[in-house]
Amino acid sequence: MSTHPLEIRSLNVAYHRKMVLWDADLCIRPSRSTAIVGPNGAGKSTLLKAALGLIPAASGEVLFYGEPLKKVRSRVAYVPQRESVDWDFPVSARDVVAMGLYKKIGWCLPVRACHRRMADEALADVGLADFAGRQISQLSGGQQQRVFLARALAQKAELHLMDEPLASVDAATEQAILTLLRRLKDQGGTVVCVHRDLDTVAEYFDDVVLLNMRVVAQGPASEVLTPDNLRKTYGARLTLLDEAVVDLSRPGAPRES
Amino acid sequence: MMESFWRVLLLQDHNTRVVIAGACLFGAAAGLAGTFLLLRKRSLLGDTLGHATLPGITLAFLLAGTFGISPRSFLWLALGATISGVAGMGAVLLIRKTSRLKDDAALAIVLSVFFGAGIAMLSAIQQLPGGQAAGLERLIYGNPASMTSGDAWFVLLASLLVAGVCGFLFKEFTLLCFDESYALTAGWPVRPLDALLMGLVVLVTIVGLQTVGILLVVALLVIPPAAARFWSDDLRAMALVSAGAGGLSSLVGVVASALLPGLPTGALIVLSAALFFGLSLLAGKKRGLVIRHLLEREAGRRLRREHVLRAIFECAEDGQQVVTLEQVLAKRPWKKNELRSEISQLTDNGLLTTEPTGASFQLNGRGDSEARRLVRNHRLWEIYLLNHADVAPSRVDRDADLIEHVLDQRLVDELEDLLDEKGRERLVPGNPEKKL
Repeated sequence: MSTHPLEIRSLNVAYHRKMVLWDADLCIRPSRSTAIVGPNGAGKSTLLKAALGLIPAASGEVLFYGEPLKKVRSRVAYVPQRESVDWDFPVSARDVVAMGLYKKIGWCLPVRACHRRMADEALADVGLADFAGRQISQLSGGQQQRVFLARALAQKAELHLMDEPLASVDAATEQAILTLLRRLKDQGGTVVCVHRDLDTVAEYFDDVVLLNMRVVAQGPASEVLTPDNLRKTYGARLTLLDEAVVDLSRPGAPRES
Repeated sequence: MMESFWRVLLLQDHNTRVVIAGACLFGAAAGLAGTFLLLRKRSLLGDTLGHATLPGITLAFLLAGTFGISPRSFLWLALGATISGVAGMGAVLLIRKTSRLKDDAALAIVLSVFFGAGIAMLSAIQQLPGGQAAGLERLIYGNPASMTSGDAWFVLLASLLVAGVCGFLFKEFTLLCFDESYALTAGWPVRPLDALLMGLVVLVTIVGLQTVGILLVVALLVIPPAAARFWSDDLRAMALVSAGAGGLSSLVGVVASALLPGLPTGALIVLSAALFFGLSLLAGKKRGLVIRHLLEREAGRRLRREHVLRAIFECAEDGQQVVTLEQVLAKRPWKKNELRSEISQLTDNGLLTTEPTGASFQLNGRGDSEARRLVRNHRLWEIYLLNHADVAPSRVDRDADLIEHVLDQRLVDELEDLLDEKGRERLVPGNPEKKL
């Protein structure tokens, strides 16, 4: 596969005349996990949403596997932020995961037993086999996050775009998600995550995109996470982070095996 | 009174049959479409839509003569209502898009302006010679008794259409209401689906004009699904209950108004829907107040029991096997007689061996392993929260008590691995099932 899973050229996004993304250029490499990192309000989620056409871009080009999204939708799965939906909605975990199969099921046809089985398998993959029938408000925050992941899994996509899957989840969920990311990669899939935590980024991800309205740097984590790049991304607040960075960019820094 | 009741209920008049069938069908259709309207958080849009139909109705009434149509024709008035209702929704969208006003402001503006325009035209009509405006009032306050069998056929067709579309597009509408942005990225035509759903709501509103009227039509779109939510956590069941509740409310309302001729039917239908809502709020199987209260009481009872067991275990840990009431009392701020009754309960359940006086007691084999399990889980959490989460240490104890009730055994095992060996040896009693 010569084309990149995701390529973004000169993407500009503005909310009410205020620029949020400024000429963002981005290239995601296949079969790797990439973290999009940056300070609050840097446009991390906006980048994903604009790439997926959820919010209009002022200009720019976004290609998935060398084609516009419309042609390759089934190969791309989106995991929105957990807070973006109402978890009081009257559906079970299994129902939510089955939503990832709706396209496969097609218009007007109901969800059948075989689809429910597929949904259950996806739930088992994220360690929630026992929770399939639970109403979604009775799940913990971490479990809700895993339900969203299972929905993307059920879609059997090749590129997964995730908006802060590791934000405020418990340790068990974090482990489950990290195991899953590794497995997706092993199967040839590509994962892009918006990530907040600078301390763990080099440990959890292969590549890093540093973003603050524009793309400051991108590439393998060890090359990108330099004090200089981080200062450009985070500005004056960096002094605190210096030590952590030196630690992480050292060769042989802790990595998940 | 009894006689007329049976006359109504046994559908002895043709007219009654038409009215009841029409009203029930409308109620069911409103309950069904309303389920999705409620879940899409658009209840107020339904209200605005109802009010926004008025200028269209009055305008259609005024123009009827020009087109040579009877100003009393329901279909003609409904056409006007549809156009102005849709225009009202368009106005809401336009205000939202072109200004930074929030939804509630946009809805309030459109509702009041459209309704104001309608009222102005209505009084103009009432001043026309001939006093023909009587036909319009039935659409404002609702009067199903004026329904002809032609109107009832229209209601039937519209209801079947609503039921059919909701049935066939059930999963599409579910996805639209639950997670619009995911639906978009998965390639569903979100905007057309949304327009279709709102189209169904418009249709229900138009049908409802004759039954409950402009002002109250939103009640049947919102109250039945809101009531149904108390009975089920499953959208399929909720939609059915909602449709049933809508139909039943209409039936009760129509029958009541036949028995109380002075009162407007629309209002009685809404009141019976409200009665159903009140009932659901209290007795709903999933979220009713009664069931929630019972569950909370049960949880409180379990919590107290676990506290007592843990306190006894901790007292016994200090040395002697036999523990006195005073020792346990000193552990926590609980009431003496509450503790006494809890201890006699535990004795009855075979977890404690108690002296006849009840002043001292000790954990027996079963009680000991149960207490051991509780204390272990609790301390695991205590260490976990202290080491791994940003929870203020003062809150750990209280939170840990709550969390261990939702914790499953597998997670406990995972936690155990997370904790360092030293902490486990020092603080955590062995897992009685594992025989460490």
